[in-house]
Amino acid sequence: MTFTLYSLFEAALLCVNAVAVLHEERFLSKVGWGRDDQTTRGFGEDPGVKSQLINLIHSIRTVMRIPLIFLNIVTILFKLILG
Amino acid sequence: MITSNNFTSAIKIRLQGGRRSRQQKQPLPPQYGYGQGPQFFDDTTNIYPNLQFQGQPPGPGWNNQTFGQPSFPGQQILGDPMAAMAMQYGQTLAGQGKVIVNEKLEKFVSVSKLKYYFAVDTAYVAKKLGLIFFPFTHSDWSVHYNQEEPVAPRYDINAPDLYIPSMAFVTYILTAGYLLGTQNKFSPEQLGIHASSALAWLTIELAIILLALYVLNIGNSLKVLDLTAFCSYKYVCMIAAVLASLIFSSLGYFAVLCYCSLSLDFFLLRTLRVSLLSQSTSDHYGGGSRRSLYLLLVLCVVQPFIMYWLTRHLVLDVGVQSNVME
Repeated sequence: MTFTLYSLFEAALLCVNAVAVLHEERFLSKVGWGRDDQTTRGFGEDPGVKSQLINLIHSIRTVMRIPLIFLNIVTILFKLILG
Repeated sequence: MITSNNFTSAIKIRLQGGRRSRQQKQPLPPQYGYGQGPQFFDDTTNIYPNLQFQGQPPGPGWNNQTFGQPSFPGQQILGDPMAAMAMQYGQTLAGQGKVIVNEKLEKFVSVSKLKYYFAVDTAYVAKKLGLIFFPFTHSDWSVHYNQEEPVAPRYDINAPDLYIPSMAFVTYILTAGYLLGTQNKFSPEQLGIHASSALAWLTIELAIILLALYVLNIGNSLKVLDLTAFCSYKYVCMIAAVLASLIFSSLGYFAVLCYCSLSLDFFLLRTLRVSLLSQSTSDHYGGGSRRSLYLLLVLCVVQPFIMYWLTRHLVLDVGVQSNVME
């Protein structure tokens, strides 16, 4: 059961990459997961699961755009050199 | 060395004046605060009193400064009072530098919050371990608060701590190594692999729970360290199950695993229901507490499976045993 912290890091990096390629205009709006369709909700009410997820996707894309470039370069070099 | 004593005591009073005034408004047990706000537990990291403190309680980080008693061996050689005074001033500066470094570190690792989780004593640990294995007779599960801050684990058995989880984790790694030794599969790398693997599973579990808490919009008052503590209490049960397998092999392992899953689930249910329900009824009624209850149930159901998954290769004859290559 060689499940190390490094494989956890790789898995997390792959997942974050997957979230980062979900384009808002070209894809998410077409399936109804765009952010503009979520405005018809009450203010102080409980935001639903879907709007929380949409917010989460949007925040991940915004925040991780630049760090992902560096993390991917580092991981690629790591795998090239150490196999 | 009268001049040096006056000099150093003058520095001491000026630097400690602010801290003393901050400490004066605490009501309860004597505050040996670390200097970052009110703390309601005894910080027993520096309990050795320093004779130079003129009647103050032993405590804040100046204990390492031996004013008037330089601890380095060359003191007799430097008979020159100016040099000795310069040495003491240098020590004061070093102490100041240490305080500044600690404050900077606080922003990343938050050492004082960590200290809260390690403010335990033997009685607490014994009672908590007993509670994990037999929670059925305990009646009062609420955490006592002291002006919006939870009381230190030393004074309240229901408060989570990180001492038991960290000790249990290390003990688990060691017992895993011992078990591997009895099966002649031991090598020192195995210890590292087991530690890394257990940590990785813990991180995954925490990440999934935090994600679920965010998406379902519940658990606003449940801190990350609290969750880590609750998720790591299962290491205690894993140790018990693995040790039982030593004596009674598979039957003992499964029996202890089942019983420990039951008691751990009961313990987690009771503890987390109090903390999750108490803050969910204030904002959202009905829906929020139902969601948190579902999450709690899923968490409790998943614990036995994780315990089984992490220990099965130690006890049962699993065919898959990956090599220690790379």
